[in-house]
Amino acid sequence: MPKRTSYDAIVIGGGHNGLVNGAYLAKEGLDTLILEKRHLVGGAAITEELYPGFQFTTFSYALSLLRPDIIQDLDLVSHGFMILPMPHSFAPMENGDYLLTGPDRYLNHREIARHSARDAERLEEYEHLQDMVVQAVKPLMDSIPPNLYSKEPEELARMVALGRHLGSLDHAVLHELVRFLTGSAADILDDYFETDILKGLLASSGIIGSNLGPRSQGSGLVLLYHRMGEYDGLFGTWGFHKGGTGGFTQVLAKAAEAFGAEIVTDAPVAEVVTSNGKATGVMLDDGIELDASIVVSALDPRRTFFELVDRRELPTDLVDSVERMKFTGTAAKVNFALDGLPRYPAMGDREDHFRGFINIAPSMDYIEHAFDEGKYGWYSANPYIDATLQSVVDPDMAPPGKHVMSCFVQYAPYHLRESDWDTERDRFGDIVQATLERFFPGFGDLVLHREIVTPLDIERTVGLTQGDIFAGAFLAPQMYFFRPAPGWNQYRTPIDGYYQCGSGTHPGGGVIGGPGKLAASQIINDRRAAE
Amino acid sequence: MLTTPFHERTSAANETGLWSHWAGHLVVTKYQINEKVEYFALRNAAGVLDTSALFKYRIYGRDAERLLSGVLARDIRKCRPGKAQYTMWCDDRGFLIEDGVVLRTSSDEFLLTSAEPNLAYLESMIGGDQAAVEDITDHYGILAVQGPASRTILSALVPEVEDLSFFALTPAKIGDASVIISRTGYTGDLGYEIWADAADATDVWDAVTAAGTGRGLLPYGSQVMHMARIEAGLLLIDVDYQTSRFAWIDEQRATPIELGYGWMFKRLDRDDRAFVGRGAIERELADGSSRFRLVGLDIDWRSYQRAHLDVGLPPTKDHVPVEWAMMVYDDAKRVIGHASSFLYSPLLQRHIAIARLSPSLAAPGTRVRIEVTINNLNYLVDAATRRLPFFNPARKTA
Ligand SMILES: Cc1cc2nc3c(=O)[nH]c(=O)nc-3n(C[C@H](O)[C@H](O)[C@H](O)COP(=O)(O)OP(=O)(O)OC[C@H]3O[C@@H](n4cnc5c(N)ncnc54)[C@H](O)[C@@H]3O)c2cc1C
Repeated sequence: MPKRTSYDAIVIGGGHNGLVNGAYLAKEGLDTLILEKRHLVGGAAITEELYPGFQFTTFSYALSLLRPDIIQDLDLVSHGFMILPMPHSFAPMENGDYLLTGPDRYLNHREIARHSARDAERLEEYEHLQDMVVQAVKPLMDSIPPNLYSKEPEELARMVALGRHLGSLDHAVLHELVRFLTGSAADILDDYFETDILKGLLASSGIIGSNLGPRSQGSGLVLLYHRMGEYDGLFGTWGFHKGGTGGFTQVLAKAAEAFGAEIVTDAPVAEVVTSNGKATGVMLDDGIELDASIVVSALDPRRTFFELVDRRELPTDLVDSVERMKFTGTAAKVNFALDGLPRYPAMGDREDHFRGFINIAPSMDYIEHAFDEGKYGWYSANPYIDATLQSVVDPDMAPPGKHVMSCFVQYAPYHLRESDWDTERDRFGDIVQATLERFFPGFGDLVLHREIVTPLDIERTVGLTQGDIFAGAFLAPQMYFFRPAPGWNQYRTPIDGYYQCGSGTHPGGGVIGGPGKLAASQIINDRRAAE
Repeated sequence: MLTTPFHERTSAANETGLWSHWAGHLVVTKYQINEKVEYFALRNAAGVLDTSALFKYRIYGRDAERLLSGVLARDIRKCRPGKAQYTMWCDDRGFLIEDGVVLRTSSDEFLLTSAEPNLAYLESMIGGDQAAVEDITDHYGILAVQGPASRTILSALVPEVEDLSFFALTPAKIGDASVIISRTGYTGDLGYEIWADAADATDVWDAVTAAGTGRGLLPYGSQVMHMARIEAGLLLIDVDYQTSRFAWIDEQRATPIELGYGWMFKRLDRDDRAFVGRGAIERELADGSSRFRLVGLDIDWRSYQRAHLDVGLPPTKDHVPVEWAMMVYDDAKRVIGHASSFLYSPLLQRHIAIARLSPSLAAPGTRVRIEVTINNLNYLVDAATRRLPFFNPARKTA
């Protein structure tokens, strides 16, 4: 139960973006209340002990995209923020061989050269150019995008500044940027590389969470997005938060509370209360009304515009855009509690290859074939799997000698051609387990417990429409100027005082915090302007 | 080069082939190609460090306490048997010779570690005391077991560790080996140091690493040791100060008070010892004649970031410690001191420095500027002074 009935600001949804948003608002001095439907905050970034002694990252599992400024602004370190490095990437092959990259440039060169000497050299060139592109796009990612439709001088000035920024870029960087934004992952990777295993590994970032194969136009954008993150200043590198992504959202909650925000769980919001086109508060499912002149939805755009408010109060073009917005749940998870470490025969007793991502995608074709099934409404017989064993790096995740294995799996389309996810859940889990058994003989004997998370479960539990992990697909017409809808890309809504800050807003999904932070700055700007 | 009693084990675990020299011994620079792996093992679970290269002295005899009372600036009489003390010794002008940790194993026996040879110096101080000093450097291996999981791991081997308080020590058995375990370290975290007979060292290493299996324990090398000690605000000889013995000019010398250890002399009025440097220290306290103060600097991340972005570079966040002078300025761009240790701390997620500033500018929260090199040019980046240490978890002393 909230302590009071009236606040300056109420944030609906205690996912990481809601927490970030609420923390910034509280830091600004606003009396802020964050309302979370579930018994715990975090949304798609939670850690749960689903099996005694084993901490599962039920949904998201690794961090990189988190905007670094947030760590500083919200003083997260003092509340326990800690990122543990993932120095390796392990890509098993069908023939028992593998590609294992790690922290040493020259060893990586040798390792890749085992497969192709040419690729080994080109990888660094490719990554360097990609980093230049990332550096060029970063300012756009970390600022409120201009409103294309506005004729306000301020917005025109923003457009001019944007044009200037793009005009100032190195020509090769600008062209590469356009290729990423419009092309397919395969277009780009085929230019650089010849080895299947390397291309399979790199292309995987182009399809994460997306209803795309490596050869689909648009997978370039997803590929670039996944390099936009950084860890200690190195682009495209990932880490585990101590205690999983749920450890991270617990830190955020503490930070928000330290700034004075109040967080109430088990408090589903039924609707935003409005009067004369202005938000005046919220009503909880149990009928309790709370007042606030600022109400922020941290939910996805469908819920923000169709569930929390009456769509009849909204302009038709916005309703149409949100109606048309693509939500494409294609990802599922299978999380395992394991009795010991899996064994990859060619690696013997080593375990360094488990200190990072384990990428089951031996080639781009493998992923493309997996996508074929997804495209036609069925889950892949040979799925793409991104697996991690956080307990290898962070021993508190499982009892000594035991492990948790998180497997992010594609393709698992939300809409199944025939049947439904409640019926298919276990069969799907079996396929994933069988795939792992193929690469890690004896895997099945290690399984103590398994937790299957289908797109339907994601939607039911977290509230991400159709289980779309990004709260709106990463398609060019749904990004930047157009996220979540053209003209409504600046966190405001047509209802005065009602704002949006979920992953469906710029810059987008992932455990990134950007939407929460930028929305807060918009709210604060508007408030100052009104004073 | 000499090797330490743990060498067989440290060399087997060293994946990089990189070694450093520490007091004539080979010690591992870093075990893993990515030293952040061992760093976070230390900060998130536990790490073991071979510190056997330190000089070690046994000071014993009826008057051992008297001897040390006269040599050490901090009052050793306050250190009861079964306790340890971080201590300093000065020359007669109050300038620091060295700092180290002394363990009091009984009423008339002490074990002292130091970075430099001190046998002749200590012996020269005996005078008429019934005391003797023995160099036991090679008799023992010392294994530091540090980090939040260190207590859980060690108490599985040695139950006494469970209740060992901060800076306490206990004799113990690890397997067949008789050891001394002290709750001390150089990381600013919960941690212990095990003194084992050189002949037992590898057995002790094996027992500790076995107890740490599945609990995230990894060995860490000297690079991570340096990272951790900067976060912990702990001094390093030849970096944050020079020993008075070999200084050329007084500017190179430092007093305990200047280095931030004035608290050692809070009770000097009730302390009747005659110890080396006492007069000078009293004068410094009375006259406020300290020339500088050692403080922490939090580097302003925005300012650091802007300086890089202005020239088109992503801001570097390099965790390799910079242990040489970086100039510190005031707003008017006057030099007001220098940083002796600088680091991007992956744990704290910011750049930090240990710096010497004029006492008038050392108050916590003072805005200063530090010179960093970006694109081969010098930039002044904003920083704020603060108290040391940077990292000080409650579990360290709890
Ligand atoms: C399976 C999976 C794996 C992923 N893996 C990664 C990864 O490894 N790395 C990464 O960076 N990203 C990953 N992502 C993406 C990332 O987790 C999400 O994009 C991000 O967490 C979304 O955060 P959010 O705060 O915008 O929304 P959400 O996390 O969806 O938060 C919304 C919150 O609102 C609450 N809520 C809903 N309705 C109401 C209501 N009516 N009243 C009150 N509260 C309500 C929900 O319970 C939820 O807590 C993954 C996502 C999924 C689903």
